[in-house]
Amino acid sequence: MKYIDEFQDPELARRLLDDIHATVTRPWALMEVCGGQTHSIIRHGIDQLLPDNIELIHGPGCPVCVTPLEVIDKALEIASRPEVIFCSFGDMLRVPGTGRDLFQVRGEGGDVRVVYSPLDALRIAQQHPDREVVFFGIGFETTAPPNAMTVHQARKLGIPNFSMLVSHVRVPPAIEAIMSSPSCRVQGFLAAGHVCSVMGMGEYPELAERFRVPIVVTGFEPLDILEGVRRTVRQLERGEHTVDNAYARAVRAEGNLAARAMLEDVFEVTDRAWRGIGVIPQSGWRLASKYRAYDAEHRFSVEGIRTQEPAECRSGEVLQGLLKPHECEAFGTLCTPRTPLGATMVSSEGACAAYYLYRRLDMPATKAQEATPVV
Amino acid sequence: MSDTTDLPVPALDVEAWTCPAPLRDRPRVVMGHGGGGVLSAELVQQIFAPAFGGEVLAQMGDAAVLSLGGARLAFSTDSYVVRPLFFPGGSIGDLAVNGTVNDLAMSGARAAYLSCGFILEEGVELDVVTRVSEALGAAARTACVEVATGDTKVVEAGHGDGIYINTAGIGLVPAGVDLRPQRVVPGDVVIVSGAIGVHGVAVMSVREGLEFGVEIKSDCAALGGLVDAMLAVTPDLHVLRDPTRGGLAAALNEIAQASGTGVVIQERDVPVPPAVANACAILGLDPMYIANEGKLVAFVPREHADAVLGAMRAHPLGADSVIIGEAVEGHPGMVVARTGLGGTRVVDLPIGEQLPRIC
Repeated sequence: MKYIDEFQDPELARRLLDDIHATVTRPWALMEVCGGQTHSIIRHGIDQLLPDNIELIHGPGCPVCVTPLEVIDKALEIASRPEVIFCSFGDMLRVPGTGRDLFQVRGEGGDVRVVYSPLDALRIAQQHPDREVVFFGIGFETTAPPNAMTVHQARKLGIPNFSMLVSHVRVPPAIEAIMSSPSCRVQGFLAAGHVCSVMGMGEYPELAERFRVPIVVTGFEPLDILEGVRRTVRQLERGEHTVDNAYARAVRAEGNLAARAMLEDVFEVTDRAWRGIGVIPQSGWRLASKYRAYDAEHRFSVEGIRTQEPAECRSGEVLQGLLKPHECEAFGTLCTPRTPLGATMVSSEGACAAYYLYRRLDMPATKAQEATPVV
Repeated sequence: MSDTTDLPVPALDVEAWTCPAPLRDRPRVVMGHGGGGVLSAELVQQIFAPAFGGEVLAQMGDAAVLSLGGARLAFSTDSYVVRPLFFPGGSIGDLAVNGTVNDLAMSGARAAYLSCGFILEEGVELDVVTRVSEALGAAARTACVEVATGDTKVVEAGHGDGIYINTAGIGLVPAGVDLRPQRVVPGDVVIVSGAIGVHGVAVMSVREGLEFGVEIKSDCAALGGLVDAMLAVTPDLHVLRDPTRGGLAAALNEIAQASGTGVVIQERDVPVPPAVANACAILGLDPMYIANEGKLVAFVPREHADAVLGAMRAHPLGADSVIIGEAVEGHPGMVVARTGLGGTRVVDLPIGEQLPRIC
């Protein structure tokens, strides 16, 4: 398969691994920011192949995982209304709100639909002028531009029955929050390649300099990740802390200027709560005031919904790299992919779900047995 | 951030383990209950089996094997609710025959007779009913099975997707054939009869209006002839599975858990066509969990593996058969994939249905 198999080549992977093994002289803790990278690392067994003294910490880069509980509850409230067709990407349907998820809302008669693009939701709004169509606009800088474009189109075409429940988040403020924590152990970052393909690399040099950490823009295939690790470790061993692009086939320094202009027009930066972590200043986007008419929170008067996170869930510590998923008391017992306490166990990109699915062999036998579904 | 160091770890009775949050947590049916994964299994184990199950139902095979009047009969039923009714490479009519014929074939039986129940939605065009019926008839002739009895019901408009079909089938199990997961032993070789994920992606492409660059046609086919060819080599096959809902991953997990052995597969040897791999990469799905309708997975004693593989490859429906792994003593009940890079991962039973990922 052109351009996919090439980045999964075992021989090339072996060479990169040899280089990493030869380079490392002491323990280093690296954080891969993106959930897609976490998934790839676990799925391909990359963490098992790295030297023992390289620790990969799984960062808060899964959009499903970090969407706050109260935003899910707002989605459940809106989706339950008989006049609403609620459209979402698939993996949000299983994220637990307070006591239920969107699948259950659908089971109770709510019109909840999986779409593959926000523009699909706009099309549904055009096809059903007598219904209110709401799209669940969540995610990082990767999903924000098409969502912005959709709201822009809705206004341009004058489609009154479309709105968006927005809970977008931005990566650089999260890196800053993690590095500012007194308990932070992260010494180098693999930055999310797809985020940088939109936003470019301009926000990172200041962070790399201030916190003295190398930041290497990294892709998602196994060889991409190994190359990102290799470059990060090289910098650490040399005492360097620069921003490097190991994903040049997709990322330009300035990013995607058209996408950035669209974000600038439709959204405005705001403080945002991250599930399990809390509020990070200036870490999110909301619809700009001129697009307020398309804001589902406002349209359906759900701004007042406030929700407490379950106390048993330690996903916040997992998302900050302070706790490995299987070190949590609830892992595999109270908390499994089918009974998730927190979103890190819901999304296939969540660190807890990735450990549950792919790493049970490495766990203590009792934990592994508890975590095995019985057929 | 919460401090949970004082939280007691719940004690689990692993001997009689059931999910810590059983069905009562979901007061209504969700789509995942029909997905062939954990939720489906719980529905059967916690509601259906206690209500009306007996010794035979407890076999939990694709088909029940019954002794009746001195004969060993295989008996199976399946309902077909596919949307759209027609997809590249087949239709609900083809599925209604081949699905049940294949369930019987997995017990070693050649399907002899089918029943066919139509549930039609008010308003569906008779032309559509005709085309589906003709496809069903053609598939039955190809599979050499006769539709012996049937039923028709009509539901009000809005209460169905045009046409639902239920078929049940019976067939004779040849003497000396005993296909059950309990017969699997460490050392058995795992063979899959060709490319996986094709049917699921074909249906998805038309249902969701997705374009993957090339048309992917369903592999929908009746496997009785292929199974006959395998049994002609040796009746001593251990188990066959038709990896439909939940895909290859669900089939391997069911066998691992029912046999109490572990299963190891070499990920690079699992035949995933480029078009399926691309579609799954776009949607964030795993081909191991995608439905198949014309493939089987076999656990074969090591000494017969080469001969069985040869017979499969000589049959048109098994030309691309390949060995993908083996049953092992370690990690009983668990399926483990060796990744292309040399790492390992657990291949789990799907919870409900796979969901396309956000990014």
